[in-house]
Amino acid sequence: MGSGPTFAQDADRSVSAMPEGLWGQPEVNVPDGGGTEQVRRVTVPATMVYDYTPGAAPTRFLRGLQEGRILGERAEGGTDVYVPSRGMDPVLGRATTESVEVGPKATITTFCVVHIGFGENAPPPPFVSALILPDGAAVSLYGTVLGIDHTEVRIGMRVRPVWKDPAERTTSFENITHWEPIDEPDVSAEELKGHM
Amino acid sequence: MRDVAIVSVAQSEHRRAVPELNEVEMVQPIIQGVLEQIGAGISEIDFTCSGSSDYLAGQAFSFVMTLDAVGAWPPIAESHVEMDGAWALYEAWLKIQAGHADTALVYGYSKASPGDLPRVLSRQLDPYYYGPLWPDSVALAGLQARSMLDAGAITEAEMAEIAHRSRTAAESNPHAQLKGSPPVEELLGAPYVSDPLRRHDCAPITDGAVAVVLAAGDRAREWSQRPAWIRGIDHRVDSHNFGARDITRAPSAGLAARRAGLGDGPVQVAELCAPFTHQEKILRNELGLGDEVVVNPSGGALSANPVMGAGLIRLGEVANRISAGEFDRGVAHATSGHLLQQNLITVLEGDS
Repeated sequence: MGSGPTFAQDADRSVSAMPEGLWGQPEVNVPDGGGTEQVRRVTVPATMVYDYTPGAAPTRFLRGLQEGRILGERAEGGTDVYVPSRGMDPVLGRATTESVEVGPKATITTFCVVHIGFGENAPPPPFVSALILPDGAAVSLYGTVLGIDHTEVRIGMRVRPVWKDPAERTTSFENITHWEPIDEPDVSAEELKGHM
Repeated sequence: MRDVAIVSVAQSEHRRAVPELNEVEMVQPIIQGVLEQIGAGISEIDFTCSGSSDYLAGQAFSFVMTLDAVGAWPPIAESHVEMDGAWALYEAWLKIQAGHADTALVYGYSKASPGDLPRVLSRQLDPYYYGPLWPDSVALAGLQARSMLDAGAITEAEMAEIAHRSRTAAESNPHAQLKGSPPVEELLGAPYVSDPLRRHDCAPITDGAVAVVLAAGDRAREWSQRPAWIRGIDHRVDSHNFGARDITRAPSAGLAARRAGLGDGPVQVAELCAPFTHQEKILRNELGLGDEVVVNPSGGALSANPVMGAGLIRLGEVANRISAGEFDRGVAHATSGHLLQQNLITVLEGDS
């Protein structure tokens, strides 16, 4: 073994596709402790199964997606519409009670260009992932932007959601396959302040 | 030492499962309630501290999401412990003692229902020796009960009497999950779950939350007619290695009680966090509680056991009874880990 780290190529675990060097996952290298050979690995299979339920407000959001609508929520006495709501106005510390439809038109508040693949459902790189502020909402949603060269994407660009066919929709955020540009003037950075 | 008191307590009506709400939706009404009872807003709270576990929620950083219930903007001073909320209260008490805060909001909660709790709790064990064997929390408690029975430290009838007494007491507790009990003879006819434990010997699995407000000095008197003053608080730990411990005892609980000054005066009421019947007997012995002490008038953890909240509930129950004028001096116990490994003792008093 050389002086530098070697990198794991294990068959029994997945290793992320980051470049080698400081970003990679080094192979376990246990120094010789003298005497007994060091145990290099203990394999301990661990599985815990959770029957997760999203709760009341996320249920309303997910039901809305099934109908092709983006539903935000507002607390009594509040002005900000949160999307997707977890049931709270986090500034007031109060439950959101009013359902408010937002979008579908929206604005890119920030983005990055992804050059390495991650996840089975990710588009082929390079692609743009972005935070997207639906009209009428106080906070941005995460999504991918397709239908435009990644070099042309910019903050303030107007976009709209692209939905799966109604017959294929479930109670899932994946109903929005991606976002695509629309022919409207950009929104100024000044107007996006506080919504990033 | 600054005078610090519990001035407000709120808790869920505990249930086996609250699948229709997410954690923050379950916790928010309790936090709102504990503040509304004293007419306070979050801006009057100097420090916020919570106790919960991502392993229960099955979600990373789940406590950050429940902070949405607090109203944490403008930014607040906040902390979290991966332990029972009683330890969050200890951190808040230290913060107030250090002069960094005069008031504190403390809460603990569990939504244990999404996972398999006895298996989830096995993840508290060390990763090399015991963890890979996946002993569940009920099986481990069974080892402890067996040791006590063989040592003549308890009988199965005594265990059933503790279950019967606790769940009968819970009939007057509006928050309790399990209320009422068949007679002792009937309990003893039930089959074993983890021999020698029967179902009645085990705490239920609970979704629920608890919150309290702490305040120092004059602020406490402003917010409460009769504040429950924390006169002593201490926590100690026994070895996590069961083989290196006499598991029929919990010396750390006794040590914490001495350090908290439990023996400095007579104690009228005790709320002990014993998720298994035999553990109440261990705690009574370690704390030296006589028959004159009212133990677990709420029904204790055997009547509702939201993990990460059950210990803080014990503090709240003693505080409520002192504030109501029912008692003048009491002790609250909280535990964490398996087999009463970690123990926190708080002595609470009302003004005479």
